Amino acid sequence: MSDVTLDMRLGKPWKKPHFIKNPVLRWGLIIGTLVYISLATGSLEVNWARVSEGLIRGWNFIIAFATPDFVSRGTDIRDGLIESVIMTITSTIVGIAISIPIGLGAARNIAPLPVYLVCRGIVALSRALNEIIVAILMVAIFGFGPLAGFITLSFATIGFLAKLMAEDIEDMSRVQAEAVKSTGATWMQWINYGVQPQVLPRLVGLSMYRLDINFRESAVLGLVGAGGIGATLNTAFDRYEFDTAAAILLIIIGTVMVLEYLSGIIRKKVQ
Amino acid sequence: MPVTETSSGQKIWQLRTRNQTLIRWFAYLVTVAAFMWCWAEISKSTTWYFVWDAPRIAADIGSRSFPPKWEYINELWLPIWDTLNIATLGTILALLMAVPVAFLAASNTTPSKVFVRPIALVVIVSTRSINSLIWALLLVSIIGPGVVAGLLAIAIRSIGFCAKLLYEAIEEIDPKQIEAISATGASRWQVMVYGIVPQILPAFAGISVFRWDINIRESTVLGLVGAGGIGLQLQSSLNVLAWPQVALILIVILVAVVVGEWVSAKVRGAII
Repeated sequence: MSDVTLDMRLGKPWKKPHFIKNPVLRWGLIIGTLVYISLATGSLEVNWARVSEGLIRGWNFIIAFATPDFVSRGTDIRDGLIESVIMTITSTIVGIAISIPIGLGAARNIAPLPVYLVCRGIVALSRALNEIIVAILMVAIFGFGPLAGFITLSFATIGFLAKLMAEDIEDMSRVQAEAVKSTGATWMQWINYGVQPQVLPRLVGLSMYRLDINFRESAVLGLVGAGGIGATLNTAFDRYEFDTAAAILLIIIGTVMVLEYLSGIIRKKVQ
Repeated sequence: MPVTETSSGQKIWQLRTRNQTLIRWFAYLVTVAAFMWCWAEISKSTTWYFVWDAPRIAADIGSRSFPPKWEYINELWLPIWDTLNIATLGTILALLMAVPVAFLAASNTTPSKVFVRPIALVVIVSTRSINSLIWALLLVSIIGPGVVAGLLAIAIRSIGFCAKLLYEAIEEIDPKQIEAISATGASRWQVMVYGIVPQILPAFAGISVFRWDINIRESTVLGLVGAGGIGLQLQSSLNVLAWPQVALILIVILVAVVVGEWVSAKVRGAII
């Protein structure tokens, strides 16, 4: 700091610098946020009578977590869960298989421009459409059942995996890939020995993460008729059978925790 | 990397040892077997007649939904506003709850590692592993249908996500700055405000915008279970098979998602 600015600062108490430095922008953001919040909360309509009535039901639901009922709808829960697991496994495998070529095509450093644009278009479409909306369309087209869910989840997996894989390929070290190319390798050999070893560990990690996501999503696809535990859960809520619903939710939380733990172990082994 | 020698003395290099190769083939075998079994189960519960008919049905739906019914947009302004509110207020509410949870969960700021931290981690995992649609289903059956149920569903679902990313950011802060501030004789509260908060503020801003972007997507479908927003219109249009309206709603949702993603990318670009 030069002597002049130092002299100016001396004797003045220190103040914490603001996160947004431009005062106009800062106050504009603060006032804008306050106006928006007051407008938005003003347009909320709360039916307090319904809420107070519902609070008792809410309390019953919390109590139901202490006494979950796995038995009385045991077969329904088991069938729904198996269907969810089946959808998860198949859609993850098919999704990975499809996203590998698309991910290669969506990496600018190895794909020609037309291929790149098509693959990026597929990725963007798959990411922009919500799973539930895709599931609604798939149920309309393919009929009720796990097939619609399987197609939905595979489609969603493509957007997720191909995008991250393409970014990973774009970040890879060119030196290794070029070394393989200079030995006179064919295109397949180049991908296999120059590119693949650099992205594989991360791809395995991401696939495990996607398996986890697909399981969570498969639990809601049943709400729109695309198979899985969601249908059982929906029925339980409709009948106010909170103890069964609590049992299903506990199973979902437990499975997700186990999957997260396992995927952590596998990712550590691979990397 | 193993090198084997043939009887003629020539050395052969292989990428993996024999056991590694066997393990790999076994893993492939298990995966293929699992896939085949799962596929058999799926095809058992599929009505294949519908599937063979799928291309015709898809073409039929496509021709019915074109052109989209543009004048229907006038009935959509209020649902769009509701959807935006669900996403934004839900995110704000989630952040208000996620900050304390994150401070309790981070191993360097938690008051007790044995007692408080596990509870905070359970809150994080359980809110995160249940989809917002399920939270909405639950809240609709408790407090009744409407925007508030959707807002709360989004808020609860986002706690775990925000708290997880935030506590990781807190754990990664530079301890030297904290020490420097404690060395001036600062109180616990002052250490928090001057030592920890400025270090995690950029991460916090990034996380909020990121989650807001995700919540825009999720809030568009909450109406399917009665929790307000544009999903309600989607549901009622689907129920009466009004495909031109469905097409318009899908276009609106797509635009909303793209705009949300653009805004969040801009804001994150400005912060980081």
